[in-house]
Amino acid sequence: MAMSREDILQQVREILVDALGVDDEEVTLEARLMGDLGAESIDFLDIVFRLEKAFSIKIPREELFPAESLMNNPEFVSNGKLTEAGLNEIRQKLPHTNLSEFEKDPDLNKLGDLFTVNAIVNFIDSRINAA
Amino acid sequence: MRWIWIDKFVEFKSGQSAAAVKNVTLAEEHLHDHFPGYPVMPECLLIEGMAQTAGILVGEAKKFSEKVILAKIKKAVFFDYVKAGDSLRLDARIESLAPEAASTSGRIMRGQKLIAEIDLMFSHVDKNLAGKEFPEENFVFDNTSVFDSLLREAVSQGAGRGVAEPEQE
Repeated sequence: MAMSREDILQQVREILVDALGVDDEEVTLEARLMGDLGAESIDFLDIVFRLEKAFSIKIPREELFPAESLMNNPEFVSNGKLTEAGLNEIRQKLPHTNLSEFEKDPDLNKLGDLFTVNAIVNFIDSRINAA
Repeated sequence: MRWIWIDKFVEFKSGQSAAAVKNVTLAEEHLHDHFPGYPVMPECLLIEGMAQTAGILVGEAKKFSEKVILAKIKKAVFFDYVKAGDSLRLDARIESLAPEAASTSGRIMRGQKLIAEIDLMFSHVDKNLAGKEFPEENFVFDNTSVFDSLLREAVSQGAGRGVAEPEQE
């Protein structure tokens, strides 16, 4: 069943309002889950579970929020920054996310900033509206 | 010592749902202070009772191999006070179960009266701490406490449905 991006955003917004206890208007496309909406690690799982139910899809956790496996792999991380191999990995794993800002200074601490409402909407859009 | 806030299981469907009962009594000392002259069961303890009901359900689903920790109270809404003499029924259901976590929904009833709706998330702790190490032994589902009798009871409730005994170490 095809859904418009606006419909997807509306559903995602309801999920984030419930999961994170934020207000409707805080959930903009640009809002960062951690930086702006206060999400913690367990919230990511909560969000994944809620997205699976709402959109009737199965989401391997690593597919939407692949931060942990990256952070724990020395091949991908050096001195608190992602290596070129790490960047390649994240480009592959987050095809729905705009990485241009992050690539200038791939600091691990900024990894959380990549998870925006927009990235979730892109992800859902690609999953349910794939040709 | 463990503070156990359910008395026994009355239903147990492995990997799906469980129901426990809790009989509230004035012998519970906290009621004497909460509140003086107006004893009502603290709502945080109702949440704990649901966490125990749902937590055992989640633990049993993986044959007690995971360290199941309450990670998030997604929802806790209360509709009435719980007093001494009340018999409560705690119903928990697994909504999602993944290798690293589970989410559950739950209701607490007194007879036909809805007392609370409590939805929780549990973390399988070894899989969520970015490599940080925890003790080998399963400190959540050990076999030394009164918790164990509840576990055995839960498992025997589910025995007809192909549920294995909890692992004894």
